[in-house]
Amino acid sequence: MSLQPTTLEELQEMITANRSLLPVGGGTKPALSAASNGATRLDMSRLSGLIEYEPGEYTFTAYAGTPVRDIVAALAEHGQYLPFDPPLVERGATLGGVVAANTAGSGRYRYGGVRDFIIGVRFVDGRSQLVRGGGKVVKNAAGFDLPKFMVGSAGRFGAFVDLSFKVFPEPRAYVTLKAVFPGLGPALGAISSLFTAPNEMDVLDLEPLADGRFSLIARLGGLSSALPGRIERLQSFLYAKTEAVSHEVIQAEADAALWQQVNAFAWAGDGLCLVKVPISPKRIPLLENVVHGLAPRRRYTAGGNIAWLAVSDIDSLDAVLNTVNLPGVVLFGPPGRPFIGPRPGVSLARRVKQALDPSGKFLEI
Amino acid sequence: MNDQPFFSALQKIYPKDRLLTQGVQLLAYESDALTSFQAKPTAVVIPETQEEAIETVRLCHQFGVPFVARGSGTSLSGGSLPIKDGIVIALNRLNHIKKLDPDQRIAVVEPGVVNLHISQAADRYNLYYAPDPSSQPVCTIGGNVAFNSGGAHCLKYGMTSNHILGLKVVLADGEVVEFGSESLEGVGVGPDLIGLFVGSEGLFGIALEITVRLLPKPELYRTVLAAYNDLETAGNAVAMVVASGLLPGAMEIMDRLAIKAAESGVDAGYPENAAALLIVELEGEAEQVETEFEEIMEVIKESGAYEVRVAKDAEQRLQIWKGRKGAFSSVGRLSPDYIVQDGVVPRSHLGKALAEIDRLSQEYGLDVANVFHAGDGNLHPLILFNGREPGALEHAEELAGKILKMCVDLGGSITGEHGVGMEKRRYMPAMFSEVDLETMKAIRRQIDPKEISNRGKMFPGGEAPALKMTGMHPLEAQGIISRE
Repeated sequence: MSLQPTTLEELQEMITANRSLLPVGGGTKPALSAASNGATRLDMSRLSGLIEYEPGEYTFTAYAGTPVRDIVAALAEHGQYLPFDPPLVERGATLGGVVAANTAGSGRYRYGGVRDFIIGVRFVDGRSQLVRGGGKVVKNAAGFDLPKFMVGSAGRFGAFVDLSFKVFPEPRAYVTLKAVFPGLGPALGAISSLFTAPNEMDVLDLEPLADGRFSLIARLGGLSSALPGRIERLQSFLYAKTEAVSHEVIQAEADAALWQQVNAFAWAGDGLCLVKVPISPKRIPLLENVVHGLAPRRRYTAGGNIAWLAVSDIDSLDAVLNTVNLPGVVLFGPPGRPFIGPRPGVSLARRVKQALDPSGKFLEI
Repeated sequence: MNDQPFFSALQKIYPKDRLLTQGVQLLAYESDALTSFQAKPTAVVIPETQEEAIETVRLCHQFGVPFVARGSGTSLSGGSLPIKDGIVIALNRLNHIKKLDPDQRIAVVEPGVVNLHISQAADRYNLYYAPDPSSQPVCTIGGNVAFNSGGAHCLKYGMTSNHILGLKVVLADGEVVEFGSESLEGVGVGPDLIGLFVGSEGLFGIALEITVRLLPKPELYRTVLAAYNDLETAGNAVAMVVASGLLPGAMEIMDRLAIKAAESGVDAGYPENAAALLIVELEGEAEQVETEFEEIMEVIKESGAYEVRVAKDAEQRLQIWKGRKGAFSSVGRLSPDYIVQDGVVPRSHLGKALAEIDRLSQEYGLDVANVFHAGDGNLHPLILFNGREPGALEHAEELAGKILKMCVDLGGSITGEHGVGMEKRRYMPAMFSEVDLETMKAIRRQIDPKEISNRGKMFPGGEAPALKMTGMHPLEAQGIISRE
């Protein structure tokens, strides 16, 4: 069953009249958005559109069902962007879906993820009440930070009506440097060297190669006149301070095309389940060891702080994540159980659920 | 204390020197940096281990005794004001840096660790902890977490919440919960519990262990000081910098009265006769900063500044910041008492807001000095008055309230970085609907059913201690802390 509210009032009525609701945006992350076990889809796509965008403020407010693509285009007209780099933009990801799923792409390395840019939310909770948290200004310490709480909430606490964000000026130009390392150890060594170096990078991804080697992919953004010098400096650093064996520099259209593909998770292939696992660089060897048997396709973003694993079997991965005590969230895959591995803090989340949705209008957390 | 069983239980945890009950011992805990509120707690306990803190919270829950967790007591909103008939849990001895890992750019610290000490410990790895409230030489990270503290350099890297990756907390009913991780992604899976806890003003419980992210120290700073003949032109300069598409690390403005205070207080050596000063600081990788610097100088030149100075070295940079960071405590030299406000307006309304503050200042016959984080629209009007005159404090508070309402009317907030605490709780209904506030309270009651954790803060209503004005905080008078 599917419901499609076109106004706030309709949304409130639908929540009053139904239960087991799952708010859905563009459906680009089916493990989170496909309804199963008798759940009712709450299709939010008609509550769409940019409500307020004042370029001089570097903030905007949009309905939750707004495709991110539209927001990216509106911001680009004024040289601004979403620094957390939401993925699946071309496939039709919505703003509400990005917040509910907490998806941030490779570009989140420089300035942070969804949580670091959301400043306000209005949502209808399980009591059909319209609740606002945060505001529309970039700095605000009044009241509980419900906008941040909602990041990753997977539609379990209410349906978003609109969301406010702060944005940044977009770097005027980019260059990418891809360096190859003989193995995981040397690649992780390079990450830790770069962590205390003055070189500033917008992206720092780690990618396993078919032959057991690893490549580090750094993207630099900034003023175009400074970029050649900065790339050269990074290059010299990698050869002087790390075990890089070769490199290539990717520019202009090739650079843009590369990151568009990464944004679409093209590397993950078709038909596999895609799982996000927050991790710290030092735990990557451990994860690599235990997932080896599952032969996953994988990519590490944010300087080795997020693992993206593409596997054929979610149950096996769930078991493996439990053994290494790493939580994961499924984006592509069978619906119904998006959270796998351990669930740290879930008792606290359930208390909030009790306050916002005491009668279980939305799915269990 | 009437509650003898509770008191006996505390005595089993704490030796005499860490369970304070005598009037003189309690005096130091009567108020925080918002000295206009005072309340005497029944007792102060000083845990030395996390277990002692947890046990204390469990006892408070069992016996229904309200508690306030306290670090250095630098809250500007009365956030760590004691509760009458309650206890204070002083966390200063939970002050261990448990882990500092430069390879992952993180530190794991206890709540009593002083903000600046983290950066000092990380210094040898060329790392630092970014949020810089101006009380950072004394304020503790536990208080920063409770109030989501800000600072001058929030423009680029955000407030405290943006730098917290993991938390171990004891909730108000004694449950210990851990969430987040050593990953930059923090919680990453499921609702962002760190986002919920940071800035909850102590209403959920106490943070016992905090994982923070560290940043590499900027390779180069370029700090520019520009003097203007009027405040409006300085405000427009900020809009021009923002429009240029550059992202400075900090952008600050001081008005004539604030400049006067800075000169008399710390001998800042600012340009003479300026009606407004703008500080813009670029920071980052050298080559990028040098290129940005050329652009920003073009912008500043066109902005109508009559004098522009550029810090030539670290010493000159510190000199520029010294006047700014010391401006508030210096205001104490111009007036026996003052109130600091912390409203936020959309950046494009800065000029309008300043004009309105000026008008209100004349209407009330009270001087108002303005020092503010211009880059993010966070105003800090200082309302000067003499607390010895009957009714003066109430008169000044009325003006402060009008300024906050103006901020909300312009689409802003009643607090950017100091929190609601005691001070601004009556203005919450100006910003949030009854449903919004009732919902926040419902969340609070699920986590703290007896409402014992920092009772009386954030939400309007409830018992309020008597207002009493006593001038500057003792640390402030000594120039150790300042209100930013």
